[in-house]
Amino acid sequence: MSQPVKVLSELKKGQKGLIDNFTDFEISLKLLEMGCIPGETVEVIRIAPLGDPIAIAVSGYMLSLRKDEASAIRVRTS
Amino acid sequence: MTRHIKIALIGNPNSGKSTVFNELTGLQQKVANFPGVTVEQMAGKLKLKDTAGNDLQAEVIDLPGTYSLYPKSPEEELPFRLLCNPDHPLHPDVTIVIADGTNLKRNLFLCSQVRDLNIPVVLVINMMDLVRYKQTEIDFAKLEEYMGVRIVPMNARKNEGFDQLKAVIASLPGKTTGQQLDVRSLAPEVVDNIRKTLHVNSDYNAFLVANNLNVIDSFELTDDQRAQITATNERYEFNAPQLQAKETLQRYTLISQFLKDAVQEKQEPIQHSYSYKIDSVLTHRFWGYFIFLSVLFIIFQSIFTWASYPMELIDNGFNWINEKVQAGLPPGILNDLIVGGVLAGINGIVVFIPQIALLFFFIAILEDTGYMARVSFLMDRLMRGFGLNGKSLIPLMSGVACAVPALLSTRTIRNRKERLITLMVTPLMSCSARLPVYTLLVALVIPGDRFLGISMQGFAMMVLYLIGFGAALLAAWVMKYFLKSNERSFYVMELPLYRLPRWKTIFLHILEKIRIFLFDAGKIILAISIILWVLSSFAPGDTFENIDRKYSNPQYTAQFAPDEVQQKLQAEKLENSYAGMLGKVIEPAIRPLGYDWKIGIALITSFAAREVFVGTMSTIYSVGDEHAAQRTLKEKLQAEVNPETGGPRYTLAVGLSLLLFYAFAMQCMSTLATVYRETKKMKYAIIQLVYMSGLAYISSLIVFQLLKP
Repeated sequence: MSQPVKVLSELKKGQKGLIDNFTDFEISLKLLEMGCIPGETVEVIRIAPLGDPIAIAVSGYMLSLRKDEASAIRVRTS
Repeated sequence: MTRHIKIALIGNPNSGKSTVFNELTGLQQKVANFPGVTVEQMAGKLKLKDTAGNDLQAEVIDLPGTYSLYPKSPEEELPFRLLCNPDHPLHPDVTIVIADGTNLKRNLFLCSQVRDLNIPVVLVINMMDLVRYKQTEIDFAKLEEYMGVRIVPMNARKNEGFDQLKAVIASLPGKTTGQQLDVRSLAPEVVDNIRKTLHVNSDYNAFLVANNLNVIDSFELTDDQRAQITATNERYEFNAPQLQAKETLQRYTLISQFLKDAVQEKQEPIQHSYSYKIDSVLTHRFWGYFIFLSVLFIIFQSIFTWASYPMELIDNGFNWINEKVQAGLPPGILNDLIVGGVLAGINGIVVFIPQIALLFFFIAILEDTGYMARVSFLMDRLMRGFGLNGKSLIPLMSGVACAVPALLSTRTIRNRKERLITLMVTPLMSCSARLPVYTLLVALVIPGDRFLGISMQGFAMMVLYLIGFGAALLAAWVMKYFLKSNERSFYVMELPLYRLPRWKTIFLHILEKIRIFLFDAGKIILAISIILWVLSSFAPGDTFENIDRKYSNPQYTAQFAPDEVQQKLQAEKLENSYAGMLGKVIEPAIRPLGYDWKIGIALITSFAAREVFVGTMSTIYSVGDEHAAQRTLKEKLQAEVNPETGGPRYTLAVGLSLLLFYAFAMQCMSTLATVYRETKKMKYAIIQLVYMSGLAYISSLIVFQLLKP
């Protein structure tokens, strides 16, 4: 129940989380259709050398997104 | 009896859609012009026999890659317009959804949306080689039943599955029935109202229409119908984005259930995939940039060196044709027009083809293998500060060779504002046409000495290229604040699996780019070259006759060699032609930059293409010998005296002022024509012309006024 909730951009490389909800509705529409669905596991698999964007594994593929976009995704980490 | 049908291809980006399209239609492709749509799409022909043995002639339409039927860019509006309007002239009889078999969840989401429009759907599950490699088991029978569509497994790269696909198309699957997802319950009144008012195929069709009222202009609604739909939407508080989110969630939940039952996947962490391992090198903090710079280096080396041979061949070929035409046609205006205007214009177009083909060859490989997405990933942070995108780097760098192919390559940038900025600033990169101008002027005003072992002239050359790049970044940064965009900048982008390039797709892609350039930009370049020819070949009244008479005088023919007389004659004609008159007219405007009317003529003639500068200067200064042109021209220019100061005309101040002018000024009709073509708005071509020329004028003015003695 009391799993810590973070935004995806705070996760370090290799950290996983379960998508909980979104803080930005407009971006969430785009993310939803790309398969970032609440309940899906996401893992930060790579961070670009300049610190932004990041690459995540979600729904079985690799997705890259800017940090400010990642900060719209709230995740539960274990 | 031949039956005609329309087939639409739709799928996620990177699903292999274009391979399927190329394989189905081969060379039978053309750009399809869709009414009211600003993007052009490819259409091709396919011949089949149906189950009764009758001929079936299919028009295959390749729709832009999309993740859903909710359009977010003009490109993505096309699938919506075609599929959601049963009365659209291109509404398909069969829709083929191409899905990447390694990523079924996201790909089936689009398929599920399309099948709920109740139009005949065939689902192609592509990349079966990778599916088998990943040891994924797909129960096709079960999936067909769940999805309610016919499924064809395919490995498009290896040509597997096409016979089955053609057989399924020929048997013309009936319309899908029922709705996979009950969207009516989300907004019953609105859905019912649209189904009553409009011709739509299904509840989901109606729901999508309600959701995208801003893009339903292709429906040919009466004002009454539109008012009624809007009123009902408002009365029942139809909240489009909320309902889109709900629909997306519910549909994904449904597909997850199907997949759980019909597909057995080996759970393998993504870190074990070969693509992840390649990325560890290609997006490495050191090797990533090192490799990227090496790739750029190789590309531009090849463009400069490889392209020079065919370009020389083309020029020689045109010279040969020119001679034949000149000799074959009776001398006169028609002869001059064909050689000096038409042929010179066509030559100026065709000569770009080797560079365009090579650049697109490399870019297509970068795109096709999936490397471009990684370049974007590496560079986005850096480029974003300037209002650009990671993908802007390729056009910017290509601009060093030639802005025309570089501008065509901006199509890989999905965000409209970032693409527009890239289009606007790329021509500031110093292209190869500036090279002859730089070479002449640098040699003229920069001393040939070495400083600390570095050639000053070489250093000046490098600085010119850096100034171009710096100006492009600066202009981008300024435009970031001026260009309004109601579209939010999304970066969210799939990092596709690495794949080997598909040569056939690349070949067809290059052909298409060349065709676009030849026939669209080409028309405009040709028109301008003819206008310039007219301006420099005619003069008011009998001016030219008088000049001819003057030089046939024994005073000249006895004193000078025939070639020399001819040069003097040409020079005087140019001075007195309409172009020469224009040079004198603009002299007051360019005097503050340190130029006289002779430079003015060169500025005017090089308006269509910069490289004309050197040619015009040598005509004006009456230097004919082709082989020694550069040197003798340089000497002539050095000897030129400024009557006002009594000193040399080409001082350091004038030289630098001219160099900056050529670095910044928009003097390339091909580029302007391409910008117009890519944006479909004259406005942007004009803005580009004005801002670049303004920048050129002001910086040249400042440099000349600061440095003049």
